[in-house]
Amino acid sequence: MAEPLAVQAPAKSPALTDALVRVEDVVKHFPARLGASVKAVDGVTFQIRKGECLGLVGESGCGKSTLGRLIAQLLPLTSGHVYFKDIDLTRLHGEKLRRQRREFQMIFQDPFASLDPRMTVGDIIGEPIDNFGVARGRLRNERVQDLLRVVGLNPNFNNRYPHEFSGGQRQRIGVARALSVQPSLIICDEPISALDVSIQGQIINLLQDLQERFNLTYLFIAHDLAVVRHISHRVMVMYLGKVVEVADSRRIYSDPRHPYTAALLSAIPVPDPKVERQRRLVHLEGEIPSPINPPSGCRFHTRCPIAQAVCSEVDPLLEEKMPSHWSACHFADRVGSVAPWARTPA
Amino acid sequence: MTAPLLEVKDLHTQFFTDDGVVHAVDGISFDLHEGESLGIVGESGSGKSMTALSIMGLVPEPGRVTRGEIRLRGHDMVRMRPEDVREIRGRDIAMIFQDPLSSLNPVLKNGFQIEEAMLAHRHLSRKQTGARAVELLKKVRVPAPAERVRDYPHQLSGGMRQRTMIAMGLANEPAILIADEPTTALDVTVQAQILELLRDLNQELNTSIIMITHNLGVVAGLCSRVIVMYAGQIVEQGPVEEIFGRPQHPYTWALLRSVPRVDAIQHERLRSIEGLPPDLISPPTGCRFHPRCPFRVDRCFRDEPPLETTSAGHTAACWVTMNRAYEEMGAGELLDVRPGAASGVHGAGARQVG
Repeated sequence: MAEPLAVQAPAKSPALTDALVRVEDVVKHFPARLGASVKAVDGVTFQIRKGECLGLVGESGCGKSTLGRLIAQLLPLTSGHVYFKDIDLTRLHGEKLRRQRREFQMIFQDPFASLDPRMTVGDIIGEPIDNFGVARGRLRNERVQDLLRVVGLNPNFNNRYPHEFSGGQRQRIGVARALSVQPSLIICDEPISALDVSIQGQIINLLQDLQERFNLTYLFIAHDLAVVRHISHRVMVMYLGKVVEVADSRRIYSDPRHPYTAALLSAIPVPDPKVERQRRLVHLEGEIPSPINPPSGCRFHTRCPIAQAVCSEVDPLLEEKMPSHWSACHFADRVGSVAPWARTPA
Repeated sequence: MTAPLLEVKDLHTQFFTDDGVVHAVDGISFDLHEGESLGIVGESGSGKSMTALSIMGLVPEPGRVTRGEIRLRGHDMVRMRPEDVREIRGRDIAMIFQDPLSSLNPVLKNGFQIEEAMLAHRHLSRKQTGARAVELLKKVRVPAPAERVRDYPHQLSGGMRQRTMIAMGLANEPAILIADEPTTALDVTVQAQILELLRDLNQELNTSIIMITHNLGVVAGLCSRVIVMYAGQIVEQGPVEEIFGRPQHPYTWALLRSVPRVDAIQHERLRSIEGLPPDLISPPTGCRFHPRCPFRVDRCFRDEPPLETTSAGHTAACWVTMNRAYEEMGAGELLDVRPGAASGVHGAGARQVG
């Protein structure tokens, strides 16, 4: 288990040579009332490395789920490009795009809404297999049963319906469906948020095992930095449609370089009364502004504890502040002063 | 110690469904003292919310309290006339819910909803209640309260709505505030602010708080005493430091290890609890946790373990208890590293495991 992985080689520049997905200046504006628009995703550029798990974190309304759907081509982009294995998905249509879809699958948050209640589990998992002609007849059914086994379910459950399963089991079915066409990328959109604590660990561990076994690449979307820590190699934080920080998950938790990341980290409750007593909450002023009318300059400046005059005027670029540690903050080196880590290593 | 403010004794709440009788709350007993902040933790179906609704006299159909006592300052609310319970509800005991949007009336102004709680229990003029509504919103740190009372719930953010709910709960200065997953629907930064508010209110007003949640982190920060529920029963209760530091029931122990921690060792595997929570129509014989318990002995299959004292103020319902599991059954090896134990946020000794 503790063997170093080749895929872990840190890259020094944003142009990763081993990128599976390249997202370039992606913008998604949804039309709103009176000709205004909701700037859900507003100019986002990043890569997902082959074989890594990239955690994507932010609070509700930051655009993280929209971004996931844009990459999966479930929503049309307003502008920008999504390259998958150097193919520009935004230029593909119809059958050509459909062919590509086999390569990137999704797992959804709500295990109740994401499975058709009138289909058997076998048909739910078999549908993508049929769609892409992966296997037929007896081979297809064997494959469905294999998949059930792989995700830890009884292979003879293929004739049952979703309502016969618990939330955690349904999420396993969702995982099996995503795996059925041997994708290289799986976009996991809050896959454990709806599950009980004791079940969350089961699904996280399953996803980690599958990643190793099938050499999968994950984009793991969550609102919770704690969950992401256990599974991600790198973590990306979004705020109001922009990426504010990307770093190795080792770095981002110990040495965040954006005040918003620091605030998020300080707010997560830790199941340990001793740690809780030392908590120093980074207070954020007010509320998340409207994505229809985002603040000028840095979007976080209205709530930032270390904002200066320049922050309301100049939008900071996402820059590499330290090797493979990117932050969009004019005062990234001062974030340490607000970071809450009185938490001493035990 | 003085007499408890609230005493729950052998409470049974059952639901009479077509499939059979669901034992949602199955013989639980606990006390709540004045000014105390008590956490009730458990997963969905553990009976924690039904415990709260039973105390409030709000158990929905087809359920009802079938046995036991709920004594507020010595008076048994289970045997009280409904109109007397109604007097207590909202005046002495108030409750806030998970989803503030569906708990607030969308067609009434925020201010009026807070005033309504006062008008129901006190003889005050609208002028007096109006002024107090503004005061209450100020107390729960709603900015520009004099304007917010004129707003409707949809004009507020989730956090502000939950603050309004708390203001409503506090309107009659209740002795007990029951909070049922008050922050589950909120973002973490907002959650932290609401928890801070509840902590301060508990200290400033000496209001007793019962915090019902599945989030162990929330309990660790807010509560002084913790009750852990599993399948309708209390499996462990004790001071917060004991429950988190020296859990005695294997369920508590396993639950603590399965929580993703932000200060965990990076890429450390979570230790999940295998299996599923039991069916409450026909729960397992013996200890209800035995089908999922790594330390079970023969007796666990047959006999239901009673809550027994393991140390001062700390009780657990387990034939084995973790003390013995550590000594005799190699729990320490199963543990290998307690999540977060050796880490801190600095990630010292961080391992990269793919």
